[in-house]
Amino acid sequence: MNSTWIILGATSSMARAFARAVSAEGSAVLLGGRDSEDLAALASDCKLRGARVAEAVAFDARNPKTFAKIIARAEEEEGEINAAVFVGSMPEQAEIDADPSLIAGVVMDSHTGPATFLQMLAPVIEARGGGTVIGVASVAGDRGRIGNYVYGSAKAGFATYLSGLRNRLTRAGGHVVTVKPGFVDTAMTWGLPGLFLVASPEAVAGDLLKAAKKKRNTIYTPFFWRYIMLIIRHIPEPIFKKMKI
Amino acid sequence: MLWKTTDYAGWGRALTATGEIARPERQRALEAVLKEGMAPAIGMRRSYGDAALNDGGRVIDMTRLDRMLDFDPATGILEVEAGARVGEIAAAFGPKGWLPAVMPGTGFATVGGCIGQDVHGKNHHHAGSFAQHVTSLTLMTANGPVEVTPEGTPALFRATAGGVGQTGIITKAKMRLTPCKGDVMVVTERRVTDWDDHIAHLDASTATYTVGWIDATATGAALGRGILEEGETGSGLMAKKVKFRKVPRDAPNFALSAPVVRLFNHAYYRRVPSSGRTVVRRIGDFFFPLDKIHDWNRLYGKRGFHQFQCVVPLDAVDALRDMLETIASSGLASPLAVLKRMGPGRAGYLSFPMEGYTLAVDFPNRAEARELIRRLEDSAADAGGRLYFAKDSLAQGQKIRAMYPDLPDWQEEVAKADPTGALMTDLVRRLSLRSAA
Repeated sequence: MNSTWIILGATSSMARAFARAVSAEGSAVLLGGRDSEDLAALASDCKLRGARVAEAVAFDARNPKTFAKIIARAEEEEGEINAAVFVGSMPEQAEIDADPSLIAGVVMDSHTGPATFLQMLAPVIEARGGGTVIGVASVAGDRGRIGNYVYGSAKAGFATYLSGLRNRLTRAGGHVVTVKPGFVDTAMTWGLPGLFLVASPEAVAGDLLKAAKKKRNTIYTPFFWRYIMLIIRHIPEPIFKKMKI
Repeated sequence: MLWKTTDYAGWGRALTATGEIARPERQRALEAVLKEGMAPAIGMRRSYGDAALNDGGRVIDMTRLDRMLDFDPATGILEVEAGARVGEIAAAFGPKGWLPAVMPGTGFATVGGCIGQDVHGKNHHHAGSFAQHVTSLTLMTANGPVEVTPEGTPALFRATAGGVGQTGIITKAKMRLTPCKGDVMVVTERRVTDWDDHIAHLDASTATYTVGWIDATATGAALGRGILEEGETGSGLMAKKVKFRKVPRDAPNFALSAPVVRLFNHAYYRRVPSSGRTVVRRIGDFFFPLDKIHDWNRLYGKRGFHQFQCVVPLDAVDALRDMLETIASSGLASPLAVLKRMGPGRAGYLSFPMEGYTLAVDFPNRAEARELIRRLEDSAADAGGRLYFAKDSLAQGQKIRAMYPDLPDWQEEVAKADPTGALMTDLVRRLSLRSAA
């Protein structure tokens, strides 16, 4: 396959599974993140699994100066340029309550950082007449809850951004998939109490790839989260505001 | 969170543990875990008994440190993180003409686990054991990381290969892959009618990969009957894709009761025409036949199961026949039974293989079966044979010592590498592997 995937937040296990899946198809992968040692290991892995090109690239959602270089590197490749964005951060709500200045970082990691990157990438996708963006939002963004509403609001902002970007790129032959994962078995959720129906990163990566190929707009993964969130969104606010879920 | 408190089990599900598990996803995260002290490393928990259990203690799950790091086509040497699974390596490299030199019966086994148990495959008679193809490994010890090689640190290497994780945490390994023709297997299957026929065919087989499925319910004249499978890698052929299936929940106990097993085995035997046949299979379907049924261990129900596997020297073949007779007349065996001729290849002090014949049979976890397995253990010991740590879940320490004459050498290295006993597992405690006499 003559395509290139820019994968941001590539050290996460969901991103790793996705990078492996597109590598097996022979794509080029540019793996963005901060832990360069870990990314180098993943790049070797992707190469050995069949990636046409696999390189680690420095990406920091809080430092937009790192963005242009990645896009320039992608432009060296022929064919479609795609991006899959897995970045985000979720400090405990209690930590944020103690130090409200943490909000700026959460919003940068989960919303404004990736949005700025995609805004810079959009003209490239338009110029090439195609390309897919997969943006990982969250079910937490569907309704603000006491447990993680700062993270949720950042992801909600990102989801709205993705919907607008879809509106824009569709005109030029591009496409945007908004992904809302439920509980996924990652380092972020390891050992957390109260999780149920936890999906493997590989299953989620498979859903992402399928959604990109079928040009789906918004997917929940695993699929049944669509119905769980449908119910949660429809709980009347006078009741919801008293609930703790 | 770093640690998750949970219940977990070996593959046989008869033995369980409760404790804290860390599952680092990057080397840096592993270092953070190790700052809190050493703990035994576990992988996909495909060992049947308690090799990967540490009840009441901590373990480190290595399955997310699973990347392939480097491959040199000139030498065929592949470097991986220890959590990499053998089946994934085979899937990535088969189409390029390379395979792991030794592959166990499940592709889900991690490289670290394959080294820790020094596993063998259907080509043991030619290729030897897994760790004989390991050229170097990185071991995390209480004193920091150590590079272990068969030449540079022979004693530590021999204590680590087959050493059930007691010398340290294997974080990376370099292993030699073996060239293959292509990514399919050409498999010849033929019926073998009884024990003598089975042994004669195993002895005469010149194929690269040989294994015998044995009908452990057949008695009398049919004792030892089965199907001999001989495989070679092939190319340019298309194998039928086999669908993955999943066992959604624990099966009821009668699912593997004697009449059902007898019926199944009868049909399975007759599946191959009496004149034999040659078929093309995908590599994974030949090497890892059960992997396509996810969680097949649930077929044994909630109580779990035991696998008995022993190897006896060539001249003790009659003793093995007697053991099979005991098994067949008990009516307790499951459809999963394997007979194989092994070569002498082994890499470590506690490696399982010896030149001879190995028999592996599954049993449901019932009192009669446990009693039967104890008798089989005695027979194996009397025959000069040994039990396999990857499978055993019932043996006691005294029985094991005589089977592993190099145990003192292993203990000496282990005492140096892990002086505080931080890496002890339930298996090591059950068999008192680390205590003197």
